[in-house]
Amino acid sequence: MTFEQPHINVQGLNVQIGNNHILKDINIEIPNKKVTSIIGPSGCGKTTLLKTFNRLIDNTSDVKVTGKVLVDGENIYDPNIEITHIRKKMGLLSQRPYPLPMSIYDNIAYGPRIHGSPKKKDLDILVEDQLRNVGLWEEVKDRLNAPATRLSIGQQQRLCLARGLAVGPEMILGDESTSALDPLSTKIIEDLFITLKEKYSIVLVTHILRQAARVSDYIIFVYMGRIIEYGPAEQILKDPQEQLTKEYVKGYIT
Amino acid sequence: MTRRKLEEQFFKLLMILATILVSGSFFLIVGTIFYKGVPYMNWDMISKTPGGGFYIGKEGGVLNAIIGSMYIAGGATILGLFISIPVAIFINMYMDGKKFLLDTLRMVFDVLFGIPSIVYGAFGFLLMIYFGVRASLLGGIIAVTLLVIPILVRTLDEVIRTVPGELRDAALALGSTRWETAKVVLRAIKPGIYTAVLLSFGRAIGDVASVLFTAGFSDNIPTSLHEPAATLPLAIFFQLGSPVAEVQGRGYASALILTIVVLVITLLSELLLKRSYKNKI
Repeated sequence: MTFEQPHINVQGLNVQIGNNHILKDINIEIPNKKVTSIIGPSGCGKTTLLKTFNRLIDNTSDVKVTGKVLVDGENIYDPNIEITHIRKKMGLLSQRPYPLPMSIYDNIAYGPRIHGSPKKKDLDILVEDQLRNVGLWEEVKDRLNAPATRLSIGQQQRLCLARGLAVGPEMILGDESTSALDPLSTKIIEDLFITLKEKYSIVLVTHILRQAARVSDYIIFVYMGRIIEYGPAEQILKDPQEQLTKEYVKGYIT
Repeated sequence: MTRRKLEEQFFKLLMILATILVSGSFFLIVGTIFYKGVPYMNWDMISKTPGGGFYIGKEGGVLNAIIGSMYIAGGATILGLFISIPVAIFINMYMDGKKFLLDTLRMVFDVLFGIPSIVYGAFGFLLMIYFGVRASLLGGIIAVTLLVIPILVRTLDEVIRTVPGELRDAALALGSTRWETAKVVLRAIKPGIYTAVLLSFGRAIGDVASVLFTAGFSDNIPTSLHEPAATLPLAIFFQLGSPVAEVQGRGYASALILTIVVLVITLLSELLLKRSYKNKI
């Protein structure tokens, strides 16, 4: 798949951790303001691929990354790049919510505070806006100073999404973001992804095919560290071209 | 069948006996100190410094040693914390991928942890001679700081390792620098820091060998860092060595004071440790 103005452009990416060659010669383009899902069996490298986009992969020990990842045309593996600047562009929603050890308010305010010194008044507005964005405002407006860990898991995950959005990213990376959630909270998060793609490019890693079908515009199928097939969601799920994709979609390989 | 049953019974009995021996000796020790110390325990003991004839059984107390011990243990713990927190943060947050160096460092801390306190005392003493410092509160604090740093580093290291990597990733993904991420981690381990402080304080206040040549001993409460300072363990040692029954009794009373201080600190640290696990994210 190629796009006129891809948001992320991955060129010849290889990732090795120790002696394991996790990702092999990845060349893909991620479209702007669409939901792109990365699917594939456990251990295929889909989370690793996601982590190369915001360079969280750097923290893995013994890791070696070669190739280019261009975000807005800028190679994020350029040694001169400011890494915090790259990460500010992307909100991360991990498998389980990890609220920062502080209040609900401070969780949202954390990002804006490290990236500048916003006025209290602006921060109040921003916190309310972001909490409304994820439909959490009505639930928490009376206890903004309570520790974030007191919220339910589903609420915490929405808080983490709002926390990421408060930094003003261009993109949301979701790493099996609903795997710890109950069906109702899962639906809320999925609906949010669909609303948010108006403003953000969204990349999701998921192993739930039905979720990929519900939210994605495009799907990338990864198997054993290689991109097997990449196309519009409908096509990948209903009419896959590659034998491996067919088998995976039918549930023969998991 | 019966042989296996017999074997089971025999080893079970052995285990019970060993457990009784260990827990029994705890009560025996604490009991002895209470039994021997309580009769000599009075308000003077904890509110007065030794009077003129204290060591031949006349009036006074061990306030000098109580204060001296508090100063040294407190000072060493605070000083140790300022050195240990950066070390613990550094080895956990800035040494990704340097596994060999990290393992070596951790081993070094383990070895330091196991070094007998007299060695720290002797080393502290050498430092003092080199810098021309006499036995003093400062000398004691420095020697005990050396002693508690490995305890603090090891405890903090353990606590930081309980913080899920995903929490760090979350902070980093928001665009935090490593130091900003470290501050988030420090917030997450706050109860663990209290625990480390109490562990270190408990060890520092009970140690005698490290202060033996470094802090000296004095009947007065030190008013500056350069004056010698008494410590409870040394006070106990001197009093028990006396031939006068009254003074020996007061030695046990001093031991009682020290035990109570350590007991309170241990209980507090247990409590905080439990809380820190409960609040773990």
